[in-house]
Amino acid sequence: MGILLLLVGSYMGLFVAPPERHMGEVQRIMYVHVPTAWVGLLCATLAMVFAVAYLWTSNSKWDDRLVGALEVSFLLGGLLLVQGMLWGRVTWGIWWTWDVRLTTSLIMFLLFAGILALRAFVEEPLRRATWSSVATIVAYVDVPLVYFCVKWFRSLHQVQSSPETVHSSMVVPLRVNSFAMLFIAIWLIAWRARVESKSRGEERPPTRRQVEGEGNV
Amino acid sequence: MANNPSRRKAIFAVAIAAVAGVLVFLAVGGIGENLVYYWSPTELVAAGDEAYGATVRLGGLVEAGSVVRGDDGLDLAFSVTDGTERVSVRAHAVPPAMFREGIGVLVEGRLAPDGVFETKRLMVKHDNQYQPPEAMDQRTMKDLVETMQFEADDT
Repeated sequence: MGILLLLVGSYMGLFVAPPERHMGEVQRIMYVHVPTAWVGLLCATLAMVFAVAYLWTSNSKWDDRLVGALEVSFLLGGLLLVQGMLWGRVTWGIWWTWDVRLTTSLIMFLLFAGILALRAFVEEPLRRATWSSVATIVAYVDVPLVYFCVKWFRSLHQVQSSPETVHSSMVVPLRVNSFAMLFIAIWLIAWRARVESKSRGEERPPTRRQVEGEGNV
Repeated sequence: MANNPSRRKAIFAVAIAAVAGVLVFLAVGGIGENLVYYWSPTELVAAGDEAYGATVRLGGLVEAGSVVRGDDGLDLAFSVTDGTERVSVRAHAVPPAMFREGIGVLVEGRLAPDGVFETKRLMVKHDNQYQPPEAMDQRTMKDLVETMQFEADDT
């Protein structure tokens, strides 16, 4: 479903929507860059919610979902930086600069990389879950900054667009691709959570609740 | 240890408090005053003698009619303006394709003794408008200056 939407949205973005008046054809990268950013920030928010839920309930299913959200955020964050550099090289004339938007986005990517590395180093599942939940909540400070920094500070990166500043023929493919990316991200997170929950079962003896749960199936 | 519920809730409370604290600090702490990515022509002129020699970024709109291209395609002269002050720029750089009169630019370099800003790094700062080729741009000079966010840090 998500992949189908992505195909439709990208087709519209590449062939139906007009080129930008000053930027030309390269502006079409917007149809993946902006959805990547939106969905990436959303997955980071989901990770924070799962981290809170884990610390609150101590239920390992939240840790499973946290892994998924962390990994998808890391992936989208990396893609976002690469797309941004390509677009920036053509329109701004440079690959990289220490502008607030670029810097906070890089920090977000590195923080998620750090949390995933932390997980890899902690063997004991309960401690791993607690530590990575706390780390996720602390790292989340950067996420609103990524979004709002262009409004608060001068930056090379332009501020958010809105339907008033984007022509309607460009808004539709942007929305289609955003929903597509969102569906794919949620599907990946759910899938990763299932894998994590299965591997958890092999890691240590099942808890009483899990045994009873399987009995009901 | 970590699976002790009361200890877990304590960790949780500390983490939330830390996040909230940092966000409040950033929102009201006035960090923006120390975090200026580029100067406006007005600020550069106002700095007077202190502006000479220091490596800074200068931002502004490329003034209409001011662009003079050199023969080798690398040397470029123009002035940037914020509607109030203007600074002449001498650039030794390949301008991005979007470079044109009226667009926002950032230049990294220094003010030479003759009062001309010298740069080897020229960046185009475009705004958040995405329009098809046939769309007319009816924005005024004031609207365009606003896209440079000069007021964003002036508080």
